[in-house]
Formats: sequence, C-alpha cells, structure tokens
Amino acid sequence: MDNIIIIAISALGGLGLIMAIILYFIANKFKVFEDPKIDEVEEALPSANCGGCGFPGCRAYAEATVKSAKEHGHLEGLNCPVGGNDVSQAVGKILGLEVEATAPMIAVIRCNGSHANSPGKVVYEGATSCAFAHALYAGEGGCMHSCLGLADCVDSCDFDAIHMNPETGLPEVNDKCTACGACVIACPRDIIELRKRGPKDKRIFVSCINQEKGAPAKKNCATACIGCSLCFKECKFDAITITSFLAYIDFEKCTLCRKCVDVCPTSAIHEINFKPRKPRPEKPVESPIKAEIQSNNTEKVVAENTVDNKDNKE
Amino acid sequence: MGILRTFALGGIHPAENKLSSNAPIETLPVPKQAIIPLGQNLGAPSKAIVKKGDEVKVGQLLAEAGGFISTNIHSPVSGKVFKIDNAIDGSGYKRPCIIINVEGDIWDESIDTSPDIISEIVLSPKEIIEKIKNSGIVGLGGATFPTYVKLMPPPGKTAEFLIINGVECEPYLTSDHRMMLEKGQEIIIGTRILMEALNVKKAFIGIENNKPDAIRHMTELAKAYDGIEIQALKVQYPQGGEKQLIKASVNREVPSGKLPIEVGCVVQNVGTAFAVYEAVQKNKPLFERVVTVTGKAVKKPSNFLARIGTPISQLIEAAEGLPENTGKIIGGGPMMGKALTSLEIPVVKGSSGILIMEKEESSRSIEGPCIRCSKCTYVCPMGLEPFLLSKAAKLANYEMAESESIMDCIECGSCQYGCPAAIPLLDYLRLGKLKVGQIMRKRSQN
Repeated sequence: MDNIIIIAISALGGLGLIMAIILYFIANKFKVFEDPKIDEVEEALPSANCGGCGFPGCRAYAEATVKSAKEHGHLEGLNCPVGGNDVSQAVGKILGLEVEATAPMIAVIRCNGSHANSPGKVVYEGATSCAFAHALYAGEGGCMHSCLGLADCVDSCDFDAIHMNPETGLPEVNDKCTACGACVIACPRDIIELRKRGPKDKRIFVSCINQEKGAPAKKNCATACIGCSLCFKECKFDAITITSFLAYIDFEKCTLCRKCVDVCPTSAIHEINFKPRKPRPEKPVESPIKAEIQSNNTEKVVAENTVDNKDNKE
Repeated sequence: MGILRTFALGGIHPAENKLSSNAPIETLPVPKQAIIPLGQNLGAPSKAIVKKGDEVKVGQLLAEAGGFISTNIHSPVSGKVFKIDNAIDGSGYKRPCIIINVEGDIWDESIDTSPDIISEIVLSPKEIIEKIKNSGIVGLGGATFPTYVKLMPPPGKTAEFLIINGVECEPYLTSDHRMMLEKGQEIIIGTRILMEALNVKKAFIGIENNKPDAIRHMTELAKAYDGIEIQALKVQYPQGGEKQLIKASVNREVPSGKLPIEVGCVVQNVGTAFAVYEAVQKNKPLFERVVTVTGKAVKKPSNFLARIGTPISQLIEAAEGLPENTGKIIGGGPMMGKALTSLEIPVVKGSSGILIMEKEESSRSIEGPCIRCSKCTYVCPMGLEPFLLSKAAKLANYEMAESESIMDCIECGSCQYGCPAAIPLLDYLRLGKLKVGQIMRKRSQN
C-alpha cells in the first residue's frame, strides 16, 4: 500500500519537475520584452477607455507614449484630454521627459436656438436621432445650422457631462466635461466645439454657427450671428474673424475683455462665469433677450463658483 | 383574367384611397414667380447658365448637367431671372434655386405646340438618346434617375425587355392613372421610342388591377403594335418598385446590389414615356408634370398639370384650399413620401403628388417594445429582417447592418406600416443606410 503512494508521488513529482524544466527553457526562449513603463503609465492614466486620445483605450495610449518617448524623445501629439495637465505631467515624469503644460479644454454648445429664441414652425415626429433628423430636414425652428435637440451628444457622453435642458431644448455641458471630443463627433451639425476652459472657467464664444446672410439667419432665430462685424471692429486683439457672415473668436488670442459681448446686437456672443457687471446708468436700453441671458449667466456664476471653491478646499 | 401576376416575396395592401382617380387633368395657371431648384435629379445638381436679369422663354435651357448622372433644366416659365439664391426645397433645406419673375407665357419657337399626335419615329436610337438627354428627362415615378443613363446599357449588357411602370401602387396617387387614360396614345408612342432606343422587341406595360379602365384603354391602344403587351397585375404594394415589377412582369430576380440591366430589363414610368414622346416628337423639354393633390379632407382632390417651380401653395389653392385641421403635407404618397416643411416648396420633376393629411390621421403612435412578431420580416419585399436591421442601426452596429444587407432595402415602408409596436423601423433603416453608405463610400475611396 505504502509502495503505491510513493510510486504515485514520485511519478507525478518527477513529471512535474521535468515539465517545469522544459517550461523554464521555453519561457526563456520565447520571452517577449515589455517595457515595465507601459504598466506604470497605464497606472497613471484615468482608465476611462473613452478613446478621446485617438487610441483604442488607455493601454494603447500608454504603449504609444512609451514608444514615442523611446523613438522620438518627446510626447508631441499625444494628449490625454480626460486626464488633463496633471496626468500628462505624471506621464512625463515616468518617462523622464519635460511635458509642456496644456490648457484644459471644455465642450461648448455653439447654438442658442432655444424654444424661445427660435420658435418651432414644424413638428418632428420621427426617430429620436439627430443624425437621422439631420438627413431629413432643417430643424423645427427652420435654421439649418441649429441644434436638433434629439440628444445624440448626450448618448455619446461617457462622463455624464452633457444633458438636455427641457426648457430650452438645448444640451448643456457641466463641469464633469473632460473634453474627450465624443460629442463633437456625434453632433451631425458640428455645433459642439472644444475650447479652452479659460482662467476660472471664464470663456467667451460666439454661440452660433449659421453662415447665412443676416436677414435669413435672423428670420429663424433671434440670437443668430448676422455677420455685422461690429465685434470684429471692436476687438483690439485680432481674436475675431468673420467668414461667410459668421464671427469666430480665437480662444488663444481672446483676452476676455468682454467688449464684443457688449456690442453684439443679437446677443450671439456668450460670456460664461463672469461676475455680474456693474449697472451702467448711461446705457439702460438693452434688448429683453440679452437681459435674460445675462441674468441666466449670473445665476450660473453663483452656482459654479461655489462648486469651484469647494473643489479648491478639498 | 385568370391568376394575376405579382411579385413573390412579402408585400402589403394598404387602403387604396384613390380619391382623385375620376378627376381629369387640369392645366394649372402659370405661377407669378417660379422657384426652380438646381438639384432636381438623383446624382449631381445642375449648373446654372443664366444670370440675374436674363430674359428667358419657356423651354429655354436654364442649367446644364453637372456630371454624368445629372440633367439639364429648362425654364418652365417666361420672364426675367430675379435671382439665383438659396430657397427651401423638398429636402427641407435651403438649396440653390433659380428664381424667375414671370412675364407672359412666351414659348421657345422650336417647341411644337400643335395638338396633333405624331406617331412616326424618324430619329435613330443615338439621336433619340441625345434628345432625351438634352431635354432633361428623369424618371418621373419619384426616384428622378436620369432617363438617358438607363438607355445606355454598360458594355457587355443588352436589354431584352422594356417594362413600363403604370403600377402606381402608392395609395392616394392617381397622376399615372389619369395620364394613361388621357394620354394613352402618347404613352404608347413614347414606349415605342424607348424600344427603338434600346433596340428591344418586347415591352410590357404593367398596370395594377385596381385601374380596370386604364387596363382596358391601354390594351385597346396597344393592339395596333406588335411587341407591346399590357399586363394586369394583382394589387400589392410595393409593386411599383423596379425590382418587384421585374419579378412580377418577367419573373426574373435582380441580384443584390445590381441594376435591372443585369437581368436584361429596363424599367421606365408611364410619365417618363409621355415625357419622352413630347421631347422626341414635339421637341418639348421636361418642364411640366402631372401632380395629384389629394387627401381625405381636401375639398376637391385633383390632378393638375403644373409647371416645375410652381409653389405647392398654388396647387393646394386650386384644390380649394388647405383643410382646417391639416396635420401634415406630404410630398409624394403616404408610404414613401416625405413631409414638407413649407408651403413655398416648389413642384419639381420628382413631385408625383401632394397628400394632405388630417391631424388624427398623420400623428404617429408611441413607440413600444418589439414583441418579435416577425410581421416586418413577413412583409419585406426584399426578404430582409427589418427589426434586426433597425436595431443594428439604432445601436450603431453598422458592420452588422451591412452584413445583413441593409443596402438592399428599398425604403418602401411596408415594415413600419404593419408594426404593432409602432416602431419607426423605416426611420432607423434609413439612418442605417445613410451611415453604411457613408462607410462604404469612404472604404472605396481608400
């Protein structure tokens, strides 16, 4: 009886030993070298796997950064929008490279064709998909550059950062936005743009992409950019360009002086997160729409500032 | 009549509602201002050759073909070119249009305006095709594919049969029906011209059995000619689809992704045959067409001979106005037509009808979950699985949509018509086709 047990143990043990020796040599022979830095970089990444960097997931991005560092000695063109500056600095540290600080970005909605500003002329009843509605018609308000309000951008967002406002029928981006760019691709009308977050989240942009002439643009929407070029004349920093009846503010050149906001006759230029202005008695006449927008912004400032402060304290 | 022919797979029979089938074709007065979109055909839009301020006559060339699959556009009115600007058209978008302020009604001298019917064909096939090309004729059934392209089979392929489509399977529409009753002789001659151009010996004119008067009339007229046969077809939607009609008429099946010429067939609409007659025998380019204005609440459902560029408001006015509780105005028939977003949209070459629907009739039911009843699969005339394709399109799984042959969908809407859960299947199918088409084009470019 004892004999059988000893034979079994020694046979299996011997077999295991032989196999282990074979496997050891095979593993040495076919060893694939993987830079341990890839794992380190991956560890530092946000692990959102959103594809905002242009690579299929964080692992692929980590491999690309390590490869780029090894072959080119820099990380140009490789940017994790979700991680922002902190992550890119951390990645640079792991790879022993100096990384330039990148300005954090945020998605902005460049359409203000809310139910009030661009009242519906027709009713859409089809499938709830912007891509489909875009192929079908101009939009309920009649502007062929307007937001269709069917929330393709909301569906595309992995970060819960964009929501439809049922009152206006427009999407709104909140602070969770990581500028991954998924909504920019999802929007069939190219309304969403990634812009600099700006100091203290202050930013100014033209909230319209209508390239029609003034009259037809204004016919469909009260806050359309009519290409009057008043802002272009007002801007001292060459930040504003006008192409086919549409103003565009270059966020690299813009100094946030807010002069263009004052002169815009249709309130197409939006300022976000600025402190409410001091009342100016000499210019009391303002369009009711403009006043409404400003009051909206004021509320937002209060709300978002408190959030910011909290974050800073933490 | 024995057993009537029809296509093999699927199909539905919606309520016919041919309200205007007894209304003779009325000629509509010339509009005050004509809006002529430059993109009136399938394929590339035409290029304007007139300028602002130019005086034009009826039948004068306004725009030239902008590519191989494109057509000429001729002036439907006489007057002065007011401007070339963007105006809303049937696509729901503002597109380039030539806008003409009408002055009088002066026709180009080269057009034969006499009422005589010329039945002798003097031109050679090549000359006929050239004439059709220059006259800007497109498929008037609604797809607006340039006719001359269909008449030039690719090398190695020959046409055996010409099939003239007088099916008019869309509910409500009656323009082709009235054409056959009132312009039967011209359609027969047009058919002979097309046979000559294609060098085919046999032509079928397919007419659905719900138009017995048209079948009788056309059979009588076709007796005089060898090779033209009138086929009475069982009423079944979408028999007017090219592939379905070929199956019904000559029992051949067009392979997936191929054109009818693959099985030796060329299909043309009766309206196109009439336009061909006018172009070849009377030298009259395509600048007017018959449009049905209909709907349950419309006081006077009618068929109008309208100039291209007439705003639809004028047609509705002529049919005694817009009913009070109008919910939707549809360009085309109820199955495949598209809701129009403005009354200023002009009549174009592809407008077969204007259908005015009441609010209760036109509103959609609320979408429910799919209960896997497979009704959509059963009625699909192309043998597809609409529930699967729409789901794939909805979930952006375009690889699956493509491998399940979404591009074979003819967008007839049979699936959505019968869906008990009121799922907008066709909407998602169209979305899928759009996306898959984009992907395929991109792939072929690379």
